[in-house]
Amino acid sequence: MKHVKMESYFSRLESFIDSLEDKKGSLITVLHKAQDIFGYLPEEVQSFVAKKLGIPRSKVYGVVTFYSFFTMTPKGKYPISVCLGTACYVRGAAKLLDEFKRKLEIDIGQTTKDGLFSLDGLRCVGACSLAPVVIIKDKVYGKVTVDMVEKIISEYKALGVV
Amino acid sequence: MEKCKVTIDGKTIEVEKGITILEAAKKIGIKIPTLCHLDLHDIKMVNKAASCRVCVVEVEGRKNLAPSCSTPVFDGMKVITNSIRALNARKIVLELLLSDHPKECLTCAKSGECELQELAEEFAIRKIEFEGEMSRYRKDYSPSIIRDMDKCVMCRRCETMCNEVQTVGVLSGINRGFNSVVATFFEKNLEDTTCTYCGQCVAVCPTGALTEVDYSWDVINAIANPNKIVIVQTAPAVRAALGEEFGLEPGTSVTGKMVAALKRLGFDYVFDTDFAADLTIMEEASEFLDRLTRFLNGDKSVRLPILTSCCPAWIKFFEHHFPELIDMPSTAKSPQQMFGAIAKSYFADILQVPREKIVVVSVMPCLAKKYEASRPEFKVNGNPDVDISITTRELARLIKQANIDFMSLPEEDFDKPLGESTGAGVIFGVTGGVIEAAVRTAYEWYTGKELRDVEFRQLRSDEGIRTASVNFGGFELNIGISYGLGNARKLLEEIKSGKSNYHAIEIMACPGGCIGGGGQPYHHGNLDIIRARARAIYHEDRHKEIRKSHKNPYIIELYEKYLGKPLSEKSHKLLHTHYFKKVLY
Repeated sequence: MKHVKMESYFSRLESFIDSLEDKKGSLITVLHKAQDIFGYLPEEVQSFVAKKLGIPRSKVYGVVTFYSFFTMTPKGKYPISVCLGTACYVRGAAKLLDEFKRKLEIDIGQTTKDGLFSLDGLRCVGACSLAPVVIIKDKVYGKVTVDMVEKIISEYKALGVV
Repeated sequence: MEKCKVTIDGKTIEVEKGITILEAAKKIGIKIPTLCHLDLHDIKMVNKAASCRVCVVEVEGRKNLAPSCSTPVFDGMKVITNSIRALNARKIVLELLLSDHPKECLTCAKSGECELQELAEEFAIRKIEFEGEMSRYRKDYSPSIIRDMDKCVMCRRCETMCNEVQTVGVLSGINRGFNSVVATFFEKNLEDTTCTYCGQCVAVCPTGALTEVDYSWDVINAIANPNKIVIVQTAPAVRAALGEEFGLEPGTSVTGKMVAALKRLGFDYVFDTDFAADLTIMEEASEFLDRLTRFLNGDKSVRLPILTSCCPAWIKFFEHHFPELIDMPSTAKSPQQMFGAIAKSYFADILQVPREKIVVVSVMPCLAKKYEASRPEFKVNGNPDVDISITTRELARLIKQANIDFMSLPEEDFDKPLGESTGAGVIFGVTGGVIEAAVRTAYEWYTGKELRDVEFRQLRSDEGIRTASVNFGGFELNIGISYGLGNARKLLEEIKSGKSNYHAIEIMACPGGCIGGGGQPYHHGNLDIIRARARAIYHEDRHKEIRKSHKNPYIIELYEKYLGKPLSEKSHKLLHTHYFKKVLY
């Protein structure tokens, strides 16, 4: 089952790359797409990208490790991003982040053992009136307080892995 | 070319617009110190990362200091290269670099050849004011190259060489800030990458971050073992460069002294890889003429051009990058491997000893030869044809350790029978030499006529990629020659696309051929040294009595007594090999 899913991921990435006019100059675009599809950029995916673009694997690895946006660890099913932009920060985003770290027992850039959650900080998302803002998957939570963290996490825990 | 006037340290000169401050200063005898910068324009490599900041200078009207290696001059520019501000900055830059550098110069393999050490000495750095975190990386050992990234200064010369010149693409800068370092894909061992071990990264590394694996102590141990017969073979390019390690002018051929030194080191037999080069020509020229005849007779199963197979870095390169052309290189082993195979069969028979009793040591200008000697197909029941391969640099150290005063040595001759060679064997060391040697023999065999003038000027040049044709009694033979794996790639792409009409192609991985190998004395960016070595090689050829491989009496004897004829069953078994498709991604 998992194997079939990976294959479909690779074929999606392949058709994206095939649709590009300038392949050699599109590395970053392709890596964005790949991370979008796979959730992260493991060795096999980087190798695949290098081969499809006809560039050395080391070059791909160099770019992936340079930009902090790219990750080589799998994201959780529900990736949590805490906005650390100025507005959110002055309204206590750092404390929120600490609470997520404590409750999930992970650091920034890590994923929980059950694969449900991963944690990241990001800069302004343009919803400053709702500060502090937390984004989980595609859902935006505004005016989040430390007390709400527990409840938010349990909502997603209830949804489970499936 | 548009000109502009620049004043550097009070001297005004007119230079071409667009050149760097560093280049302009050089023209008036001002030597601005550099570290990351490396200009090898002869092989189209200029490393201007401008990352080390050692070359900073003051430019009038500019707030911050300018890196002279990457700042172009403009009309009316005023530069001061030695102001207190520039000197201070340079010193701080050096101290910062040293603060994250292991201070183990005494035991470092690059000691005495290290550009960072030289700068520290020049700037009289006696104390490092900065103390902080140190980079810690695991050492990466491969059969040929050791990577010790604790000593990396992020000049990225190796990366430029590996990617842009050689197009091998194994090395890349990874991570950022303090954590940035040059690494392989997923920081794998070199051994698990497509590295060809050409050693050109080692040749340009300013520090001890990249060095060769040193087997010289294994040689001492072998010689000290009374139960072993230790045979040495020396590659053609070694004699043209070894003298540099003893202070001789580049281009001084030291063949006789080298032989004398090897005898004093205690080798039982001092033989010559040039002999095996002659043998290579016998097999490769026969194979070529066989393929050519069949090709001209319309045999669709043969493909031309034939590609030379002497260079182990090039062999590994095509195994990874061009597996679809795997039938094109000559199946002839390299001279190093032919020598090993003959020493441990024919010569072992003469001595009436089993092959295990013999230790074959090779002295090579090359790092890939270490890897080649370790390839499993060159072993018989686990016993390698070539046991130990050392570089020109390692040999120089051995000579020094053995208290041999190289300069006062007499000139001595190689031992027989595997020490006799022709001028054709000698020129293997320089780009175009293998194909010229092959042509000298193939011409006579193909036309049945004697070749009077053996020097094929059209094959000689220091251009990285070139073509020539040789008239074989009315038949025009098209020849391609390249050095540098990036140039080789261009020729191979031409073949793949069907655009090429070459009959034979010679490829060498290193600049100028083996004389510019990764195991040669360091050139420190001066490629004139490599040109001088080429002259030494041609000089040696010109003064050889016999200049065609098939006229070597000891080669003739080897065939009469042992091998039969070229491409015979026995020749195939001992002197030919096959290639393996290797993964690229």
